[in-house]
Amino acid sequence: MSGTLLEHDRSSGRVSWRLRTIVFAADNKLFVAGAMLLCLIVASALAAHWIAPYSPTEIAMGSKFSAPSAEHLMGTDKFGRDIFSRVLHGASTSLTVGFSVVAIAILLGLPVGMLAGYFGGIVDTILMRISDVFLAFPPLLLPIAITAVLGPGLENTVVALAISWFPWYARIMRGAVLRVRKELFIDAAWTMGVSHPRIMLRHVLPNSLTPVIVQASMDFGYAILAAASLSFIGLGARPPAVEWGLMAAEARTQFLDHWWTAVSPGLAIFLTVLAVNLVGDGLRDILDPKQGRRA
Amino acid sequence: MKTVVQRLMLMAIIILGVVTIMFILSRVLPGSPAELMLGGHPTAAQLAKAEEELGLNKPLLVQYVDYVAQIARGDFGNSLRTGQPVITEIANRVGATLELTTLAILLVMLLGIPLGVLSAVRQNSAIDNVARAVAVAGVAIPSFMLAIVLQLVFFGVLKWLPLQGRIDPVVAIDAPIEPITRFYLLDALLTGNWAGFMSALAHLALPLATLTILLLATVVRITRNMMVEVLKEGYIRTAFAYGLPRSSIYYRHALKATLIPILTVIGLTYGNLLSGAIVVEFIFDWPGLGGFLVFSLIENDFPAAIGTTLFLAGLYLTINLVVDLLYAVVDPRLRTS
Repeated sequence: MSGTLLEHDRSSGRVSWRLRTIVFAADNKLFVAGAMLLCLIVASALAAHWIAPYSPTEIAMGSKFSAPSAEHLMGTDKFGRDIFSRVLHGASTSLTVGFSVVAIAILLGLPVGMLAGYFGGIVDTILMRISDVFLAFPPLLLPIAITAVLGPGLENTVVALAISWFPWYARIMRGAVLRVRKELFIDAAWTMGVSHPRIMLRHVLPNSLTPVIVQASMDFGYAILAAASLSFIGLGARPPAVEWGLMAAEARTQFLDHWWTAVSPGLAIFLTVLAVNLVGDGLRDILDPKQGRRA
Repeated sequence: MKTVVQRLMLMAIIILGVVTIMFILSRVLPGSPAELMLGGHPTAAQLAKAEEELGLNKPLLVQYVDYVAQIARGDFGNSLRTGQPVITEIANRVGATLELTTLAILLVMLLGIPLGVLSAVRQNSAIDNVARAVAVAGVAIPSFMLAIVLQLVFFGVLKWLPLQGRIDPVVAIDAPIEPITRFYLLDALLTGNWAGFMSALAHLALPLATLTILLLATVVRITRNMMVEVLKEGYIRTAFAYGLPRSSIYYRHALKATLIPILTVIGLTYGNLLSGAIVVEFIFDWPGLGGFLVFSLIENDFPAAIGTTLFLAGLYLTINLVVDLLYAVVDPRLRTS
């Protein structure tokens, strides 16, 4: 294939990609709805300090267990703390946790996947068997075991989830690298004397990122859910942290009499994860329409 | 046959890896088992004695070999809370977990596969929209939230179902369920214990509903996506052209082609199911392994927690092995390769 033809192919591919994006974005109502909801949540997370009517940690025993009213939109909890303010402040916690887990998992997984896919052979076998071991645990089990050793706390939850999930990124990266490595431009770079690290960073990496980004957008929601679940069972965030899973856990002993204490944080998690997933689904359709989703 | 042997060897390697990870977690990272066992602030002498007893002063490699040998014998040590061997504690609880998860996976398949097929067959119909909404919303619901809402509605408001537990304490004394299979529903039926059966069923309803709803989303979506692809195939069009009955086309010809991916989903879903069971058992005070694991961790019962983790990982691997072997049963092409 001549150089000009290749050039032509690639540019036309790019045009159709843009076209598809625009058509898609206007067409997919769910994506638009998710994006708007997510923007709202991010905005309230950023502005919680200014828009929350009360302090999220201020204790007012005089008004404990107030039902939702104009004064307290979502009522108050067992310490008289305003639940609406706590839900607003909890948004930044959950979003930060979700983002950190995915970011650390990618930072750990990409180099492993890159090395395994690029060099193949014995390196590949060893790295992939190690990742098999991590994947042999049911999703929430390894994070629970790691948190048990590290002790409870939000930072440890993030570390535990990231360690448990990085093999997924290693696998996805490896798959992408295996495809890219067969391309002619990699051979060309090697023939021209470009070093391995440079080929990996400059040529393979940028061309293998799409599936990783797709997976990351999906995992963001899972990470928020998993961290909240860990907090709920007492292995994640600790008081006085303002975290949605912890709020639900603190409400556990009295939610039958005071339903609002448990329902509001739960609803906040649901809406956030829903928004994130809708945006993730949309991103996947734009970037990589053929790729299925991991169960 | 060759593939079976290969799979078993691979599984042995993975289990060794899992044991290694648990060893590293329990020995190398900060917080030594001796400190955890003693609790509080032990003196140096107490600590040294405990380390001697647990063999923690031996070289790490020796400790590792001992540990692997111990696990291979099925010896997970003794629970610090009850003093019983961890393996006994696990044996007492595995029935409750298996009853809950097995019924959940059956129910999910029974509801999810037809819903996925219907949704694919009648694309963009009302039922398809409902199925897709379930698929999108279902994966965003936190398990504990769903459990709490179900408890609020069916215990708090309607007072139809019990809040938690596996059987009513009064029934447990008046009409105790004889442990035959340790599946309460089955045992009660086998012994004709009607009161026990009703109580067990009522207690099972909410945890089972929680797990089923949680997993339904994944199964519906994947079945639908598979089915949509299969329905585009030429042989389906041919079947239509021959005028075969629709139900026969959908459920006999099309669904058959989706069985392998659906089997894979069951394998993957089982992992999510066990993860979900950890939280659900904790909330509903279900006397299974998941709740036991959480309470062991909360009370720093390290041997119990490690043993349960290993057991659950082994269970998950076994299920996936069975699923892999079932591929050969479902798809004759895979038998020869």
